[in-house]
Amino acid sequence: MWEYTDKLKDHFFNPRNVGEIEDPDGVGEVGSLACGDALKLTFKLDANRRITDAKFKTFGCASAIATSSVLTEMIKGLTLNEAMKVTNKDIAEYLGGLPEQKMHCSVMGREALEAAIENYQIGGKKKHELEGNVICTCFGVTDKEIERVIRENNLTTVEEVTNYCKAGGGCGGCQGEIEKMIEKIQPDEIKQAPVTVARRAGKLTNIQKIQLIQQTINEQIRPALRTHGGNIELIDVEGNKVVVAFRGMCAQCRLAELTMKDVVEAKLREFVSEQLFVEEDKESAKQPHNHRE
Amino acid sequence: MKTIYFDNNATTKVAEQVFEEMRPLFCELYGNPSSMHTFGGQMGRRIRQAREQVANLLGCEPSEVIFTSGGTESDNAAIKGTLAALPHRRKVITTRVEHPAVLTVCRELENHGYTVVELPVDKQGRLDLAELEEQIDDTALVTIMYANNETGVVFPIDKIAELVTDRGVIFHTDAVQAIGKIPLDLSKSNIDLLSFSGHKLHAPKGVGVLYVRKGTRLSPFMLGGHQEAGKRAGTENVPGIVGLGKACELASKNIEQENNKVKKLRDKLEKAILEKCPDSRLNGDKENRLPNTTNISFEYIEGEAILLMLDKYGICASSGSACTSGSLEPSHVLRAMGVPFTAAHGSIRFSLSRYNTEEEVDYTIEKIPGIVKQLRELSPFVASKAK
Repeated sequence: MWEYTDKLKDHFFNPRNVGEIEDPDGVGEVGSLACGDALKLTFKLDANRRITDAKFKTFGCASAIATSSVLTEMIKGLTLNEAMKVTNKDIAEYLGGLPEQKMHCSVMGREALEAAIENYQIGGKKKHELEGNVICTCFGVTDKEIERVIRENNLTTVEEVTNYCKAGGGCGGCQGEIEKMIEKIQPDEIKQAPVTVARRAGKLTNIQKIQLIQQTINEQIRPALRTHGGNIELIDVEGNKVVVAFRGMCAQCRLAELTMKDVVEAKLREFVSEQLFVEEDKESAKQPHNHRE
Repeated sequence: MKTIYFDNNATTKVAEQVFEEMRPLFCELYGNPSSMHTFGGQMGRRIRQAREQVANLLGCEPSEVIFTSGGTESDNAAIKGTLAALPHRRKVITTRVEHPAVLTVCRELENHGYTVVELPVDKQGRLDLAELEEQIDDTALVTIMYANNETGVVFPIDKIAELVTDRGVIFHTDAVQAIGKIPLDLSKSNIDLLSFSGHKLHAPKGVGVLYVRKGTRLSPFMLGGHQEAGKRAGTENVPGIVGLGKACELASKNIEQENNKVKKLRDKLEKAILEKCPDSRLNGDKENRLPNTTNISFEYIEGEAILLMLDKYGICASSGSACTSGSLEPSHVLRAMGVPFTAAHGSIRFSLSRYNTEEEVDYTIEKIPGIVKQLRELSPFVASKAK
């Protein structure tokens, strides 16, 4: 069971400002049914561009509902400029904290607020559009969004990023990319963490190398792919080229190429040899990688 | 506030009679059954009696009953023990809807060169036996659950066991949810191995059974002393075993009568919820189902929020929603059945027991429509008409 603060429970059981404002000045809609949570925020401004009223509608767990409720409470009375400065951290702190895995609820609140402000600024005509490039296709999270949660919350691991914005929590194909983003944004933080040099075997015979590759696929790579219905098979090893085939969900995933480099190649380099590179078997590469289209 | 416990597929209350049987075994009769003195040795008689009580419920011989630490150990021992005894066969068949105690073990086997086939289920959560038949060739083990913990769907296990063993393949079933709810006669069935757990039938946690049919080759999973005829080493959990024996005796006596009562309550609860809550749907095969379980999806709202609202009234249930587990994906069972995301996120399981009363059911029926309505009023996906 989650440990929720009393304040969070209060806002869940007695949510404030539920509903939709008629003829609002700003509307922000984020999330979707498939993702498991979604929020629609509406607000009204006075002549000085101060938020006089805010309402919400939320589909989601207790913490999603409570963060939406406190958000409306927090922004009432703020000017737009002040509201723009509200971060997901402010929302979480207002609630007396959130469980780590629920931090994405506070991010959803901040995103909805931003979307609503943007909607006002462009005259309420267009719906909020995603900025930047989509990194996590499972949950539709962009590089801009990921960068922002990393900066604002001082995140240093992929797991934290998933807790804060869900990116990387579906098929896992974008985890390598997220890791690279963290390294770029937080080079100082990363350096502080101890870095262990992989303990690799010395010189290997061909047979030993192939055995080690197979073992690494079995122990390190397949379990990760299995968690989202995929699988992998070692087809051949020619010198430093490792040929593999994707099976199951992976065979239809258009992120297979990323998985190949970020998961398969990285693990083989870590456990076998820096020189290895991976290629997909031609037969399995012919299958269309487009199950999300 | 009174607790209304509708989460009996997670765990059950220890029956008072069971607890009374166990009580003297902690501070007074605490001997080790393996000891060479009367004080310890007399515990052997208690274990023998428990073994007979279990055998009586299962319709098997006492020598076919091995006591373990629970369902997960029994599943691990059955699967790994069978494969170790049949080193030349490298294929295992299971289903996509198994409990993790089976599914995770099977998936791990793939890393050791085994081929694992996970049979799909249809929208009602049913298996296609023709597909199973097609897959059985040179298989070491088929492991298929008796009844599903999330939906309560019961598989035709006797038929499956016959089909599998006729082809000379070993058949194991995880019967954790079935024991005490479905009458069993293993002497008339072809099941080779069967697992169950004490705490699902009003015995304490930490004790379970692995049934091993006479003549079934099984390498021991736990090595050490000679307990359980060398099939499961480790000093016996005497109080747990005695409690489990008593729980089985109570179940044998009352299974039918109690199931009628439980089924009537379940049906009343289910019918009322489906009638009173618009956009709700039943998950799983309505006909072939445990008498105590119902799994209902409420569209447009999220399971964890429903559970917390129920909790406020002291009502305990569970959900297949992603948010309750900390993962971002909803239940693998509902996903395998093709339940859409929208309904899987809002699924609630009520699992009853003989201790539930009609008043509790009525109270829950009274509260649920309000909870659903309240959460739907918050939901951006509900058009005003659907309220």
